Amino acid sequence: MSTITADTTSLDVQAIRSDFPILEREMRNKPMVFLDSAASSQKPDSVVKAMDYYYQQQNANVHRGVYQLSQEATDAYEKGRHLVQGFINAASEKEVLFVRGTTEGINLVASSYGRKFLQEGDEVIISAMEHHSNIVPWQLICEQTGAKLRVIPVTDEGELIMEEYEQMLNERTKIVAVVHVSNTLGTINPVERIIELAHAKDIPVLLDGAQAIPHLKIDVQALDVDFYTFSGHKMFGPTGIGILYGKEKWLNAMPPYQGGGEMIETVSFEKTTFNELPHKFEAGTPDIAGAVGLGAAVEYMEQIGHEAIQKHEHDLLVYGTEALSKIPGIRLIGTAEDKASVISFLLDGAHPYDVGTILDQMGIAVRTGHHCTQPLMDRYGIPGTVRASFAVYNTKEDIDRLVEGVRRAAKMLA
Amino acid sequence: MSINEIQEEIVDEFSFFGDWMEKYEYIIDLGKSLPQIDEQYKDEDHIIKGCQSRVWLHAEPKGNQIQFTADSDAIITKGLIALLVRVLSDQKAADIAEADLYFIDKIGLKEHLSPTRSNGLVSMVKQMKLYGLAIQAKNAN
Ligand SMILES: Cc1ncc(COP(=O)(O)O)c(C=O)c1O
Repeated sequence: MSTITADTTSLDVQAIRSDFPILEREMRNKPMVFLDSAASSQKPDSVVKAMDYYYQQQNANVHRGVYQLSQEATDAYEKGRHLVQGFINAASEKEVLFVRGTTEGINLVASSYGRKFLQEGDEVIISAMEHHSNIVPWQLICEQTGAKLRVIPVTDEGELIMEEYEQMLNERTKIVAVVHVSNTLGTINPVERIIELAHAKDIPVLLDGAQAIPHLKIDVQALDVDFYTFSGHKMFGPTGIGILYGKEKWLNAMPPYQGGGEMIETVSFEKTTFNELPHKFEAGTPDIAGAVGLGAAVEYMEQIGHEAIQKHEHDLLVYGTEALSKIPGIRLIGTAEDKASVISFLLDGAHPYDVGTILDQMGIAVRTGHHCTQPLMDRYGIPGTVRASFAVYNTKEDIDRLVEGVRRAAKMLA
Repeated sequence: MSINEIQEEIVDEFSFFGDWMEKYEYIIDLGKSLPQIDEQYKDEDHIIKGCQSRVWLHAEPKGNQIQFTADSDAIITKGLIALLVRVLSDQKAADIAEADLYFIDKIGLKEHLSPTRSNGLVSMVKQMKLYGLAIQAKNAN
């Protein structure tokens, strides 16, 4: 583990980098610059080791064994839940459900909440900057129930038009589901206000926290949010595991999502009674090692500290935005006041794919395309963007290499 | 020239490039000079959707040969299209259907023809070969 100085807002980035052996790799015979953490972050040693230890020393199925090893596996799994509960300040572990990731978290709510509470003529509010994961599940349940999707528009800068949102809320609105931080624009949405306005009309709110959790301190009780979901793999944890936080009153009122083992109390062919929270929503053998790894990722982030992470990333965002802005012909997509460390851009006359291909030749990993936000791309009338996203292990040198690469691409593609 | 003769010619041309930049600058130039597809063919019927870039392909049968014109919204994709068109256009349908496009690998651009890249090129080559098969079958009747 990296050593942190007494000052809680500064961090030793070289020490942090040493926790991520993959960052020493070369790509195209050059030291790799990894700027795609918004798609999936790298994993520190401690996460990999925790999962390794689980498989080598603790592996057994959970919640069912009378023997000691199964007890240990169950403890390791539930410790993951306990760590996440503390991390997001949930009132109870019952409110912390393990899912496969953000996508499953949203599908669970859309399906279970939707089947129970949505009827013909009801409305679901999302925004124009949603990831497909927070569009399609709602479209599916709207088709099944006859409910309607309403979409909060965004400004040219990439901010939600709150006046429009306010006017959209009405007695037919049954749920509001918006992204906390946009994966394409980096915009940090005013979620406190979004929740406040919805709650004034007794409407629950789901936040897609996939891009917020790696950067911001999340306190679900302070937010008073009804559902909050995120993926482990974007916060230094493993793929295949994520969290759906839900207020107990909603989770109790909702029918189970999937049926199977773990989630039942008694089964007969006449009637099945369901297990208590959180197990009611965790059918089948869970991703036990994933939960262990996610717990280790939480510990890793807490050891560095949110303040230090945010300060470092903010410095990178400011540095990168300034340096990129100076490149002739560049256009930044997403210039909201409040942003996480994501910079999307286009070069005049150049397709994002071409820019990404040239950067790749220089050992720089960025993402190009629509970032699973096609309606947002349509809103701006662009085919996609080049997106650089920064995590706690990135440096100013990484950004210098990016800027050099973009300048080179601009020259070659002009 | 046969398909393989053209492939050899391209491999030879690329052997002169010292580094990746020269190679890509050449591909970008090719992209800029590719004869544009007739605008009327840049429609939904001719589009090959990649997730990253879009490709339009038009095939014009000429006896037992096929002439291809194509375009893309990304210039590097377009440059690679120019190479593929140079190799496969105005060839016999049967030869197109059976072509082994080894030159892409030999000039170190294999990754652009990988399905994970999702730039539309893999589907384009598949489509070109299907045209080859279709024209071959039609002429056999
Ligand atoms: C904002 C947002 N929502 C949802 C998702 C989907 O996350 P996952 O694929 O881990 O389920 C992502 C990831 O790309 C995202 O950025």
